[in-house]
Amino acid sequence: MDRIRLTHICLGLFVVLPAFAQIQNQPDDGQWVMPAKNYASTRYSTLAEINASNVRNLRTAFTFSLGTTRGAEAAPLVVNNTMYIVTPFPNNLYALDLTKPGAPVKWVYEPHTNASSQGVACCDVVNRGAAYYNGKIYYNLLDVETVAVDANTGKLIWRTKLGDINNGESITMAPIVAKGKVLVGNSGGEFGVRGWLAGLDADTGKIAWRAYSAGPDKDVLIGPNFKPFYKMDQGTDLGVRTWPPDAWKIGGASAWSWISYDPQLDLFYYGTSNPGPWNPEQRPGDNKWSSTLFARRPDTGEAIWAYQMNPHDLHDYDGVNENVLLDLTVNGQSRKLLAHPDRNGFLYLMDRQTGEIVSAEKFGFTNTSESVDLKTGALRLNTQKQTGFHTVRDACPAPPGVKDWQPSSYSPKTGLLYIPHNNLCYESQGTNANYIAGTPYVGMKVRMYAGPGGNRGVFGAWDPVHAKYVWSINEMFPVWSGALSTAGDIVFYGTMDGWFKAVDAHDGKPLWQFKVGSGIIGQPVAYKGPDGKEYIAILSGVGGWSGAVVSGGLNGVDGTGALGFLNAMSDLGKYTTKGGMLYVFSLP
Amino acid sequence: MASLRYSKSAFFAAALLLASCQREKHDIQPAPTRLAIYGDAARQSALRPGGSVKPQPVVTNPYNASGYDISEGQRLYDWYNCSGCHFAGGGGIGPPLIKKEWIYGGEPANLFDTIVKGRPNGMPSWGGRIPEYQIWQIVAYVRSMNGEQPTSATPTRPDTIETNPQNLVNRVPGATK
Ligand code: HEC
Repeated sequence: MDRIRLTHICLGLFVVLPAFAQIQNQPDDGQWVMPAKNYASTRYSTLAEINASNVRNLRTAFTFSLGTTRGAEAAPLVVNNTMYIVTPFPNNLYALDLTKPGAPVKWVYEPHTNASSQGVACCDVVNRGAAYYNGKIYYNLLDVETVAVDANTGKLIWRTKLGDINNGESITMAPIVAKGKVLVGNSGGEFGVRGWLAGLDADTGKIAWRAYSAGPDKDVLIGPNFKPFYKMDQGTDLGVRTWPPDAWKIGGASAWSWISYDPQLDLFYYGTSNPGPWNPEQRPGDNKWSSTLFARRPDTGEAIWAYQMNPHDLHDYDGVNENVLLDLTVNGQSRKLLAHPDRNGFLYLMDRQTGEIVSAEKFGFTNTSESVDLKTGALRLNTQKQTGFHTVRDACPAPPGVKDWQPSSYSPKTGLLYIPHNNLCYESQGTNANYIAGTPYVGMKVRMYAGPGGNRGVFGAWDPVHAKYVWSINEMFPVWSGALSTAGDIVFYGTMDGWFKAVDAHDGKPLWQFKVGSGIIGQPVAYKGPDGKEYIAILSGVGGWSGAVVSGGLNGVDGTGALGFLNAMSDLGKYTTKGGMLYVFSLP
Repeated sequence: MASLRYSKSAFFAAALLLASCQREKHDIQPAPTRLAIYGDAARQSALRPGGSVKPQPVVTNPYNASGYDISEGQRLYDWYNCSGCHFAGGGGIGPPLIKKEWIYGGEPANLFDTIVKGRPNGMPSWGGRIPEYQIWQIVAYVRSMNGEQPTSATPTRPDTIETNPQNLVNRVPGATK
């Protein structure tokens, strides 16, 4: 049903905009050079050899053990017939030779990441992958470093230290490289860090600029060209004035997740994390620029616009989720948009030139807020669910949000955004967070549990134009893996109990599934092998915040463990064990 | 050695005679943190090369019998953000502390060592930052989580939001909106 309607929309666009290449229609050479596939972050492959009618014949082509037992969240890259994989801590980089049978190791780069950094990783010692650019592989180390490695030889080209684990900083995100700048942000929203995103010279590793998320405008790289759309985000030095004195210095707002880039507008987009501590009573004010989307210039880092989704965040709703860049016709108008499914449960469709919200609808069960006021940009909160020192029960979504880091995929063919996500609620009670540099700064006891329906996860196909689901699939555990859609009209994702699945892109019908060794929290990718065939690759290896119960061997008697996620996941060990492994599939 | 002040029999005698006083007793002469603990209790290996040797002096926790020390330990466990990484013993960033199998040993001297020296995979080193008597109090509290302290001296599990996990798992919240 939706296929027909959506095809109409696509045709309509081509008729209206014949000269325009839509940003979601990226050229595809069959490689996979950055985790999100392209700057628009569509995670869509034009390969169609594997399709809805033959995917049931998929079989393993080869596998590879990562030699690690922590959560494997990275996307494998494929460049010049070589596959690159970054492991969780200790962040080894493997290059596999795809031209040889069984894809043997070509080289491995071992950075000897400082082991103590494992103590400042809030949510398992994960790494979300590398980026390829001009002959080099760029990626981040947990101990707050970025490295550039020669893609052919595995030799280190440069290594830059960007922060200090003794301030609670770490890095888990995958960088992107835009206009010769490697864009890197820190993690540590649970450690009272001062969040930043830096631009490093891709050739030398020298830090060209660093944009802090809080503090005076000059530190945030806010200047005369900064034009936030909404009044609530306008004013000078809001990164200081919306905090109690000096609280912005330890206020979190890290930049630990995805970055998209529009080369035409020359803007890149990313979100900042929750403010610290979680206990909101310790930080009266809007706490800018935490839980905020930023649009910046890659050359200088200069901020062009910002929108704070969750002023004075009450629930650890980081604003870091992916921004998928789309050119769509909405309400008869063709617009340059970004789709941002936020932790707070609203899917924001925004004008990526101006920061204006086009629509913001709930994409999962949410009772902490009512709606988003499109005139003012304000999130209308449910006063019953405001957290603090008192106890609050049945607040939904829980801190990981309706959706956490797990990236969605957009198919220009179906016009749908495929969203892996959570269905969790929680109860909380604030405590007085004591700031000790290098230790957690949270001040909140939390217990999470399944949301309405009892399923803890959902995989759904969202129509961004009409702001509604077309279909969705309930899963027992949070769907903590990324999504991949292909021109073969199929969508791939994995579950925490270890099933790698292909479903029909149009109606979600299950087409194929394969049980891997350990639960999946990785990012599936598609590539064309040296033999011209299409391959699908995924890392298995449970862990991450949701899977720490298994990867960290946690004890479920204490539901407050793992920032309260333990309560919702104590049964995971009955379904999966730990262990990192690459699986690659193809048709016979 | 200060830590050998209490012999085992003295301890049991004290436990028998002064059970009711346990919650109140505390040391008023705190010592500064030492950086190393020696003795059989700090061993982390069952392998003894060359056969067994004469037992080495055992370091016991001078604060392990008092309810006051254990509840102080509980307060300090929160104050120094042990709870931030280990939560109420279930673990998260750090490993669980309610368990039978310790990576670095669960005897009081091992725990003392762990806290003072830190451990390589992310356990901070607290030597010089937490006074020795407080470290022993935290050790007593960590031991109490595992039922390794006299129950008469052990506080109840931390007062947090909801004490019965049965009520929480898979509970479907009322949809207020
Ligand atoms: C910043 C996070 C962090 C803080 C704060 C922290 N720990 Fe740890 N702790 C860890 C990590 C990570 C490990 C695992 C170290 C390893 O395996 O080498 C650990 C290990 C331990 C162990 C050893 C467990 C075993 O199985 O042998 C004990 C005991 C312990 N911590 C107690 C404490 C106490 C008591 C405090 C407060 C004084 C504390 N920790 C504070 C992260 C932390």
